[in-house]
Amino acid sequence: MQTTRLALAAAAALGLLLATGCTTDTPTEPADDATTEGSSDEWFVQAEYDAQLAQRDIAPEGDPATPWLQAIEPEWVDTGEFTREGGDATVCFSNASVSNPWRVTGWITMQEQVKVLQEAGEIGEFRTSDAGDDDDQQISDIQAFVDSGECDALIISPSTTATLTPAVETACASGIPVIVFDRGVNTDCATTFIHPIGGYAYGADAAEFLVENLEPGSKVLALRILPGVDVLEHRWAAAQQIFGDSELEVLGDEFTGGDAAEIKNIVTQYLQRGDVDGIWMDAGDGAVAAVEAFEDAGKPYPVMAGEDELSFLRKWDETGMTAIAPVYSNFQWRTPVLAATMILRGEQVPAEWILPQEPITEADLDDYLARNADMPSLHYAKFGGEDLPGFPDAWRDR
Amino acid sequence: MTRVRALGAALQGAGTVFLLLALTFAAIAVVNPGFFEAPSVMAFLKQAAPLVVLAAGQYFVVVSGNFDLSVGALVGAQVVIAARLIDGVESRTVPVMLVMLAFGIGVGLVNGLITTVLKVQSFITTLGMLLVLYGAIRLWTGGAPTGDLSEAFRTPGRLGITGVPLIGQIPWALLIMLAVGAGAILLMRTRFGRILIASGDNELAARLSGARVDAVRTAAFVLSGISATIAGVLIGGFAGVSAQVGEGLEFTVITAVVLGGVALGGGRGTALAAMAGALAIEALFTLFNQMALPATLRPAVQGAIIIAAVAYAARRRLRPAPQPTAAPS
Repeated sequence: MQTTRLALAAAAALGLLLATGCTTDTPTEPADDATTEGSSDEWFVQAEYDAQLAQRDIAPEGDPATPWLQAIEPEWVDTGEFTREGGDATVCFSNASVSNPWRVTGWITMQEQVKVLQEAGEIGEFRTSDAGDDDDQQISDIQAFVDSGECDALIISPSTTATLTPAVETACASGIPVIVFDRGVNTDCATTFIHPIGGYAYGADAAEFLVENLEPGSKVLALRILPGVDVLEHRWAAAQQIFGDSELEVLGDEFTGGDAAEIKNIVTQYLQRGDVDGIWMDAGDGAVAAVEAFEDAGKPYPVMAGEDELSFLRKWDETGMTAIAPVYSNFQWRTPVLAATMILRGEQVPAEWILPQEPITEADLDDYLARNADMPSLHYAKFGGEDLPGFPDAWRDR
Repeated sequence: MTRVRALGAALQGAGTVFLLLALTFAAIAVVNPGFFEAPSVMAFLKQAAPLVVLAAGQYFVVVSGNFDLSVGALVGAQVVIAARLIDGVESRTVPVMLVMLAFGIGVGLVNGLITTVLKVQSFITTLGMLLVLYGAIRLWTGGAPTGDLSEAFRTPGRLGITGVPLIGQIPWALLIMLAVGAGAILLMRTRFGRILIASGDNELAARLSGARVDAVRTAAFVLSGISATIAGVLIGGFAGVSAQVGEGLEFTVITAVVLGGVALGGGRGTALAAMAGALAIEALFTLFNQMALPATLRPAVQGAIIIAAVAYAARRRLRPAPQPTAAPS
């Protein structure tokens, strides 16, 4: 009795597994395309994509030695209304979080820049709050700064776009200059919005490199952190455009949560299924784990798009693999505090301050490795703080 | 027939997990026969080892009637602590591992004492510990991990004995997993193991018969802390340090233990089946990957299979056990 039931259940379960196996096996391509294209449509805006790709080739205004002060096609706005006499301004900063190494690196750079401005007497007090990736927390942080009435300028790095928009509008309405950077909000009330070119350019840099360096028909695996975040979705949407027009085969796109162990598991399993010739990543967290999966499986290195995190740059240098490090310019963390002092001096700033965003290639890899020789592995090469007095200790001993 | 029944009784309803494991491997074989070559099986076992080790630790806690939700955060904390303290210096590897072990034991001890002495439900104790560890690590590191692991630290999780005929490489992680597994099974055969099961089965009866229920339960938490430490060494070694290491592992491992037929609330189930549950979950992940199932669909399919398997096991358990027939037929 027991055995018959067991056998029946086993047969049923096996049948079920095989059935799912078959249905997903044969029409893999269309099924994959359908799901991925659905998500890309939602996040893909052709005009924005074209604009960002074009901005990569426009020479930014300003001194190339200080890229954090450069701007691409700036529209200068007058800030005379905010002119403040006497220096020692109180600058407030509402930070979304410091929950990843990229933000930690930038946050150190910003603090070091503030120290310089404090010594120069331009900034007196620098008040900060950290919302820990919580929208509600950040809304109340911003409100508290506005209510205090003591901020001469308010810098905001929003945690999400739509939810933070009303809070930013409230801050604008209070009459102080508001500076938004990194992720955007759905209002242009801020005095300036500072950001590098953007996600489409990032994803395209990575995808174009794979297309150029792989033979037609090569197989590419896309590793993504998580769905639904605009900056990351734009990177993938751009990559899909470029892969779609190429002869590369995208084996799949997997969500890893940025967890190195998960990345290594997934890549290892793809290698068990067959060859992988290229890796595209929407952010370089855990890129080394992906490379190690190839090493441990005894496979040749893939053509790889990582990021300018030093652990990856060092691995790239050690292995001599064919790679590129797309950059989401970390030096943008310097710009907001400088912008605040410019605004308080009544100087013009760009309404939308688009910072340059150039990938690190084979040609400048050695340069960036040498510049960051003392830096820890979870540091970002284009942090842009080498000329600040706190360098290198502030970033090294974090 | 009697033999089959005897075997069934011995497994105490845990047969489902072995069935699921066999079916999953059969399905993998159908989808990709190449998977069963030695190197890829070894790679599979290497990446499954941390979860199996964690499942062994969690088993002690669950079978004694508690939960340990803090293991995921503890694994993450251990990896981050290791990276920060070692900071790439080889000679610090062993001292830091000892620090980690002490930390794991300490966390287990605190969990155990709060649960047994202060009578706080383990669900709350360890949920609190999860948050404390998560927050403390963020505070200590300023939000994201820093530092670097040493090559020696990474050896157990990443490398193995190379040049073995036919197999190629036997991962250290596999040997550690087998050692931990054997240790767990042997421990459950001692007096300690029997008291542990008795505490989960019927706490009052165990107390009245003179068993030191609180002591064994606390020891179970300590064992879980030690297993999280070993898992931390393996995961950190396998893939290196990242901010997300260990996230969500507590739920995966409790699922694994339940899948192995260990009853939540305690008193039933074997260590072997709990570890097989962990292997079955890893095998399912592998199967989905081999089938190229869209990433977005996987959690749903995994959830459905787990519910089906546990429901099936529960049905089997609810039916009256076959009575041994005394009369010769």
